[in-house]
Amino acid sequence: MAKTLEGLYYSKSHEYVKVDGEYGYVGITDYAQQQLGGVVYVDMPETGDEVTAGEEFGAVESVKAASDLISPVSGEVEEVNADLEDNPGNVNKDPYGSWIIKVKLSDKAELSSLMNADDYKKYEESLG
Amino acid sequence: MNAKYYGKLIFELSHSGRRGYSLPDETVDGECQLPASLCRQSEPALPEVDELTVVRHYTNMSNNNFGVDTGFYPLGSCTMKYNPKINEEVCRDRAFNDVHPLQSAASVQGSLEAYYDLKELLAKICGMADFTLNPFAGAHGELTGLMVIKAYHRSRGDSKRTKIIVPDSAHGTNPASAARCGFEVVEVKSKPDGRIDVEELKPLLGDDIAGMMMTNPNTLGLFEYEIPEIAALIHGCGGLMYYDGANLNPLLGICRPGDMGFDVMHINLHKTFSTPHGGGGPGSGPVGVRAGLEKFLPLPKVVKNDDGTFAVEEESADSLGSISAFLGNIAVQLKAYAYILTMGSDNLKRVGPMAVLNAMYVREKLKSKYELPITGVCKHEFVFNGLRDKSTGVTTLDVAKRLLDFGFHAPTIYFPLLFHEALMIEPTENESKETLDEFISVMLRIADEAQAEPEKVKSAPHDTPISRLDEVMAAREPRLTYRQLTDNPINA
Repeated sequence: MAKTLEGLYYSKSHEYVKVDGEYGYVGITDYAQQQLGGVVYVDMPETGDEVTAGEEFGAVESVKAASDLISPVSGEVEEVNADLEDNPGNVNKDPYGSWIIKVKLSDKAELSSLMNADDYKKYEESLG
Repeated sequence: MNAKYYGKLIFELSHSGRRGYSLPDETVDGECQLPASLCRQSEPALPEVDELTVVRHYTNMSNNNFGVDTGFYPLGSCTMKYNPKINEEVCRDRAFNDVHPLQSAASVQGSLEAYYDLKELLAKICGMADFTLNPFAGAHGELTGLMVIKAYHRSRGDSKRTKIIVPDSAHGTNPASAARCGFEVVEVKSKPDGRIDVEELKPLLGDDIAGMMMTNPNTLGLFEYEIPEIAALIHGCGGLMYYDGANLNPLLGICRPGDMGFDVMHINLHKTFSTPHGGGGPGSGPVGVRAGLEKFLPLPKVVKNDDGTFAVEEESADSLGSISAFLGNIAVQLKAYAYILTMGSDNLKRVGPMAVLNAMYVREKLKSKYELPITGVCKHEFVFNGLRDKSTGVTTLDVAKRLLDFGFHAPTIYFPLLFHEALMIEPTENESKETLDEFISVMLRIADEAQAEPEKVKSAPHDTPISRLDEVMAAREPRLTYRQLTDNPINA
């Protein structure tokens, strides 16, 4: 069973946002990493790039498939998790610890359209 | 599977001074005429082995191979059908084999006639006006076909059409080819029954649509019944319909893409027309077009003169240009030509029904243990969504690995992406009922094992030369040459 964390915001395309003040840490959920299998490469934007809610900002490549990363929030990329360049497998080991980008949130109201942990869990179950 | 696993590299058999030949000491008279900068300064690091060692090495290596000649190969969407040996004989005939592409057309009339006849036969089978046989593979054919679509719109002075519609069930090559050709890819969703949702398609249409790519039957093995309506919608907005011929096999001689409203298409000779596939040989992806689009096909073209001889046309004002060296993989084309002629039209018409019957038979026998997400009649292949009982934690990957222990090639897994545990089986028309029954009994046995002893399935394969590979490491730190091995004596 895939893990969810209380307090995070979840998107239908299986990204999460962990909000810390003005910033949001975006990564992929435990369910997403389980479905993908062994991650071999994370394609990330650059610091200073703009990301838009609902739009692609990178990709995760696994031994099974390559999947676009869809940003759940809008804003400027403050930092990328450079550790994933050498250790992409951390996304599998610790998905909630291995955020992919840190975004300076331009519109916190966007968070209200995302799911909480309970709703996301139900959503996962509906996918079978 | 193999009585004895053979896992050595030829370099590991090397012993200094061993030879399989005897040549005079002085094979070159006088000084080397090459500039010193081009002359090798040290001996090449080649393995030093005698002839018997070489023969045993490669014979043992070949015994580790698995192909359609050694066992059942139900790889969905790949149509791993048998490659009749007469095809090989025909293409190895000296009259075809000992020619050079730069020879004059007058001296290669036989090869040109075979090319011309094959493209005419394919046009007849597919309901198209003309074909080029030049593309080297299916994806190359897709790119060529999309270039035809682009050339068509450009010839009308229409530069607004920047988008290609691709269904979410498509082969990955479709969006890749469209993107490579400079188009923006727009995805259209499938309905719960696995077919394209026409209502989802409608809002995507407009004067920016260059065309739509479709596979029919689609990658779930389902015939797209609404194809006339879809074609009318695309044509209505000015786009062209592209047919991905990857799944042409079940329709062979029964119905034609041209009659379904497709304008441009490719065929995989290495699927439907029995030429070898994957490691067995190069591919070939002929591209067909409906009347009116012939002039855009790539160069060179083989044309028939009024006197019945054949010529190679190298120039044409409207052609999209050259996409290949010369006339493509002639040897592969000859194999497909031999296949069509040896089968004849009556037998070609039996291919599809037999392929469908075999697929339906396997599916019905297995659906009690494997989850069938989409019911109804399938065509030449079908998709399970893993085992019905998922509580044991045995995944599609585990089932596929366990199959290897019983001497079967694994089916296609985790494609199409519409289901999480996709397991896609395509038996082809070639297999006997006995082979299918054997496969069915093994698949049912694996399902039972998943219940009784799940660990055995999760840790499979047990009887193959090597068990599970570290796929992440293979992707991240590939060692592709012997020189990359740290304990390589050649590096020392």
